[in-house]
Amino acid sequence: MSRRKEDSPSIATYADHEVITPPHELRKVVGPATDPNDNPVARAEAALAELSSLFGSWMNAECDRLEAARQDLKRSGFTEKTHEALFRAAHDIKGEASTFGYPAIGSIAESLCRLVEHAPEITKIPIALVEQHVEAVRAVLREYARPDRDEVARALTKRLRDVTDEFLKNTNSFRPEYLEGIFAPPLVPGA
Amino acid sequence: MVRIDFNRLRFLVIDDNAHMRRILRTLLHGFGTREVYEAEDGAAGLEAFTHYVPDIVLVDWMMPIFDGLELTQMIRQQGANANPYVPIIMLTGHSEKKRVVSARDAGVTEFLAKPISAKSLYERIFNVVVNPRPFVKTKNYFGPDRRRNVNPNYVGPERRKGGKAEMFNEPPLLDKAKVPG
Repeated sequence: MSRRKEDSPSIATYADHEVITPPHELRKVVGPATDPNDNPVARAEAALAELSSLFGSWMNAECDRLEAARQDLKRSGFTEKTHEALFRAAHDIKGEASTFGYPAIGSIAESLCRLVEHAPEITKIPIALVEQHVEAVRAVLREYARPDRDEVARALTKRLRDVTDEFLKNTNSFRPEYLEGIFAPPLVPGA
Repeated sequence: MVRIDFNRLRFLVIDDNAHMRRILRTLLHGFGTREVYEAEDGAAGLEAFTHYVPDIVLVDWMMPIFDGLELTQMIRQQGANANPYVPIIMLTGHSEKKRVVSARDAGVTEFLAKPISAKSLYERIFNVVVNPRPFVKTKNYFGPDRRRNVNPNYVGPERRKGGKAEMFNEPPLLDKAKVPG
């Protein structure tokens, strides 16, 4: 079967590049909004709210994974394997905690990610500081019902972040461009 | 006002974290999508991409075997699969400039920083469906035009050279790959 002309990409050729306009195949799903009450975002939020009864157990499972990574680290020290497992566990918590309803835990996990990711040598990462982060994550989760939770978590996160930043500044002082990248404001638009 | 008929869109979600896959699936179903396929690492993701031919790919950056960045580069290889133009939305906890530039240069269409929300995911999908960007092919890049806007105040050197030489329609890559007989 022959394809229609509009099914093929159009190409504008220049001296050192081409600009290709692919066929707009998703055009088929775009149409005028006929129902003013139709709100797909609200529907998705409602669907997520139905799922939220599971979030507590999911958060616990992620924290158990982080604790397991900490135990492996204590047994074997920093190796490629223990480093990766710790970073993945912390990174997942950083990305999920707010969605699960535990934003205070996400900030602590973010600090741990920075510590683990940006140290120039993994063997120089202070394990005691890693453990303090993991303990903080577990403590905040355990005490999440406390009325002063946010205040305590904020103070804890600030202290951990300050110590981590100090460590990163000292250990990365020989590569100022990298250091600048670590402390630059994030580029990706948030949720 | 424009609406998207999610019912007719096919998604592929590639993330090694089962909780995040479940959240994304829930949000997509909430929007009205029926067809959501999942893969838990880059290799399985590439296989699923070839098999299901999704309209939109949601991919996590950090994954075992090969990560979201490598997977994007594989999908963007012209001639290697049926749809190198597929919109790729990268979900990422990495928001540092260096990381973002790397992902952009791999051919990612949109970024979505975690934690995600229904609104932010919808906005990225809306953008790739309603406002698709042209693709640019250079000696060392193939992917969505990295210039989202024309800056009238730009004063630096023009990196893209040459006047417009020719405009033509190229046969689809899929047809090119077909062997006669």
